[in-house]
Amino acid sequence: MLTRRIIPCLDVKNGRTVKGTQFVDLRDAGDPVELAAQYAEGGADELVLLDISATLEGRSTFLSLVTRVAEAVMVPFTVGGGIAAIDDILRALDAGADKVSLNSAILRDPSLLEVCARRVGSQSVVAAIDVRRSGASWNVWTRSGTTATARDAVTWARETVERGAGEILLTSMDRDGTNDGYDLDLLRSVSDAVSVPVIASGGAGNADHLAAALTQGRADAVLAASIFHYGRLTIAQVKHTLAEKGIPVRR
Amino acid sequence: MISNGPLIGLIRYGSGNLRSLENALHRLNVPTVVSDDPAKLGSVEKLIFPGVGEARSAMERLTDAGLLSWLRSTTQPFLGICLGMQLLFDRSTERETDCLGVLPGTITRFSSGKVPHMGWNTVEPTGDDPLWSGLPPNAYFYFVHSYFAPLGDFTIGRTEYGQGFSSAVRHGSRWGVQFHPEKSGADGLKLLRNFVERC
Repeated sequence: MLTRRIIPCLDVKNGRTVKGTQFVDLRDAGDPVELAAQYAEGGADELVLLDISATLEGRSTFLSLVTRVAEAVMVPFTVGGGIAAIDDILRALDAGADKVSLNSAILRDPSLLEVCARRVGSQSVVAAIDVRRSGASWNVWTRSGTTATARDAVTWARETVERGAGEILLTSMDRDGTNDGYDLDLLRSVSDAVSVPVIASGGAGNADHLAAALTQGRADAVLAASIFHYGRLTIAQVKHTLAEKGIPVRR
Repeated sequence: MISNGPLIGLIRYGSGNLRSLENALHRLNVPTVVSDDPAKLGSVEKLIFPGVGEARSAMERLTDAGLLSWLRSTTQPFLGICLGMQLLFDRSTERETDCLGVLPGTITRFSSGKVPHMGWNTVEPTGDDPLWSGLPPNAYFYFVHSYFAPLGDFTIGRTEYGQGFSSAVRHGSRWGVQFHPEKSGADGLKLLRNFVERC
């Protein structure tokens, strides 16, 4: 039986792992290669590495980091952050990443999704969507969550899949870093609207939150950062709780 | 580093990314050669045939590289991975593509559930095979694919996703796995070691 995936996320700035609350207030959480290897050993089903460096040096540091992570772990991992063109994608995959997540670039130019899917296959193309609740629906935000767009999250999710995304990484900015739980209504709305797997992101505070995302939220995978980085929970503990609730996990 | 074990040839065709496989074989300390030259590949002891992209363009690239008839006829032990396994069959409905025809049957697309089938699923060995040596009976492996192979006499591993399909096959000295052993942690590495040392 296909198991649900638990995915630790590493936000990387200038070669170090950081994690903030609602996209600001960064704290240092360790060496990314070391952390990635620890998570893989500890039962992480996949990893996500997001480059949040703003400088060119930061970006080239990140690429060499991808190479080292690929050597250190034998589970799939996705990289994202600042990827703007097909050449960036090919470089990341060539360095050993399995998937690339695209966010602002596909909002600027949605046809980039088709270009990527044709070149590297949909299975390697993840549409990352950052959203904020706006009344009864959700707005898509861009540029690391600093700028609102006119797009509706559910409509945009559908479009990314039609254009070639093989998976959706859906982040609730309202919940990100709060530890208050995922936005289950958002998850359900997007998950029901698309035919590809959806990764829930933003708000994990305990194992029950992950369970709710996978059941009520109908997510296929859950991403979490701070609950793992600061040792609040191990992946094994989370999987134990999920298994007790009858959710299939790899152990 | 001192390498040991048989020389493994990785078949490169087109722009496929072999980095993960190279990393995994490096962990096993196995010497590898990456090539698209049948003469060079014909001289290695075993072959790994990874899958890249979709069926039709993969077959076109194999044709362009002059690898097709050699691939059909070689008797070197051979492991197809993901699309590399699917191409062993007669044909695929992915862009209606004629494949290598080493195994009978048609590769078709999943018609229910989220597609691609992505993540860790169990593989049930359907008989003794050196590929499974030392692995638990329902080991987890990492899958990512939208098309699948039917069950048949050639099936050596079975997986469920909406329906049962062949997650591992064998025909003589040719093996194929739908999942990615190079991305499947310790059990994946064990399977690759089994292919290198026992198949």
